[in-house]
Amino acid sequence: MEREKVIEVRDLVKRFGSFTANDRLTFDVYRGEIFGFLGANGAGKTTAMRILCGLSRPTSGKVTVAGIDSHRPEEIKKRIGYMSQRFSLYEDLTVNENIELYGGIYGMTMKEIRPRREELLRRLSFTGYGNTLILALPLGLRQKLAFAVALFHEPEIVFLDEPTSGVDPVTRRQFWEMIYETASRGITVFVTTHYMDEAEYCDRITIMSEGRIVALDTPSALRQQYGTASVEELFVKIARPQRINA
Amino acid sequence: MNAIEAYNITQRYGRVTAVDDVSFSVGEGELFGFIGPDGAGKTTLFRIAATLIIPSGGRITLFGLNVVSNFRELRSQIGYMPGRFSLYHDLTVEENLNFYATIFGTTIKENYHLIEPIYKQIEPFKKRQAGRLSGGMKQKLALSCALIHKPRILILDEPTTGVDAVSRTEFWEILAGLKNEGITIIVSTPYMDEALRCDRIALIQEGKLLGIDTPARIRNSYSRKLYAVSHPDRYRLLLALRSLPQVVSPEPFGDSVHVVLRDDADPAEVKRALEGAGLSGAIIAETVPGIEDVFLELMQKEV
Repeated sequence: MEREKVIEVRDLVKRFGSFTANDRLTFDVYRGEIFGFLGANGAGKTTAMRILCGLSRPTSGKVTVAGIDSHRPEEIKKRIGYMSQRFSLYEDLTVNENIELYGGIYGMTMKEIRPRREELLRRLSFTGYGNTLILALPLGLRQKLAFAVALFHEPEIVFLDEPTSGVDPVTRRQFWEMIYETASRGITVFVTTHYMDEAEYCDRITIMSEGRIVALDTPSALRQQYGTASVEELFVKIARPQRINA
Repeated sequence: MNAIEAYNITQRYGRVTAVDDVSFSVGEGELFGFIGPDGAGKTTLFRIAATLIIPSGGRITLFGLNVVSNFRELRSQIGYMPGRFSLYHDLTVEENLNFYATIFGTTIKENYHLIEPIYKQIEPFKKRQAGRLSGGMKQKLALSCALIHKPRILILDEPTTGVDAVSRTEFWEILAGLKNEGITIIVSTPYMDEALRCDRIALIQEGKLLGIDTPARIRNSYSRKLYAVSHPDRYRLLLALRSLPQVVSPEPFGDSVHVVLRDDADPAEVKRALEGAGLSGAIIAETVPGIEDVFLELMQKEV
């Protein structure tokens, strides 16, 4: 069965002056897939992810996200969700206000937002928290809410940039269960992480090093190919930069 | 004499108790890890040990000296690396290091042997502003600055957070080398797998210690028989396991789900039940608990 591609990247190159951050990247991501994007700091992950999210344009190559060419970034942005560890929700706004702001940015009316908001709060067992400031929520709850909010406008793909950094092991597992559930509904999950055990949760992973893709397959196939017991070992083996990278 | 003796340390911020009656000791020359998530109290505890804040309650000594009454004497013996990069962004690598050497009344030359294995990796960039370094290089510079006055104890607050697995491995190799120099090290991390690199660890959650021991003994303290179940459709597997009466608390772990069976139920029975649920080919095998399994078990006991 031919699987439906939701991200297509062909020979993507991104240069900053004389520095090549992304060097001829080629890969596909399929509908409903959990795709892990790994690499050492400075390997070029963030640059590639910014292009996929419509925040930056490639120097050359062809990138299609949710059927939209990267030269129409505004259209891409409407079809994707994004959540990062560094910034997710406005701390000095309430839960309801954050959802309304987010929905509003995506052009939803209050009439559309309200029922969906109630449904979201019910699903997360957040009923009664609507008027609580984000500041007052524990980190774990914030991250779960942030993920739900990133999915609020029903995007085809959601990008998660180190979503579980620093959260406790119970919350981390609950978070991954939300990822599984999201993928099972046909939404593609594109995720970066420094937790190598989390890479094992992904359907496929790619490892970048020095601007290039050095590995792309299922975690088990890669472990077999390189004869390592874990993705962690594999990562240390192949992601170590050869040149000194400032 | 122990490097650290801490008795009943408590730190309150208004109504929040960040550190709650924590006691521990660290031997001289030991590499001691605090493992726990954000908000567990690691940073507060380290600031207290580094003489930077006075605890609301309890007593802590470093090499027999009280951190509150003897802070002046102690400061020259402590090398502290805070969680957030705190060097001068607009000074160069070399200027930062020189600055730290000078305020401790020493020179780079005098203790160069101590920092050499770390510093030589960033020395090619010594004329670069610290703010313009990559994450891994900032971390190495910060460690060099914490070491330049030859402290007896290093207090490292989450030095590897947000750093990739390759740089993390390198960093732990460096710490092992410093331990061989006789330096006592306390280090915190949210990455449970890093616990195995410490002599002893303390698991910390919501201001309380869940356990202190060697990593091996912590793993052996897991009280139940643990199984790993795997199947290509992990989400359906997880949901199916949760609905089985024989299974207690299934937890996703990488490519498998870790489960404990109720009243020593037969794993073959679980396999049959999964097949009945349409998950044929599921594999169930006994597995060795990791630090994170223990952490999860201890967290559940606390609740």
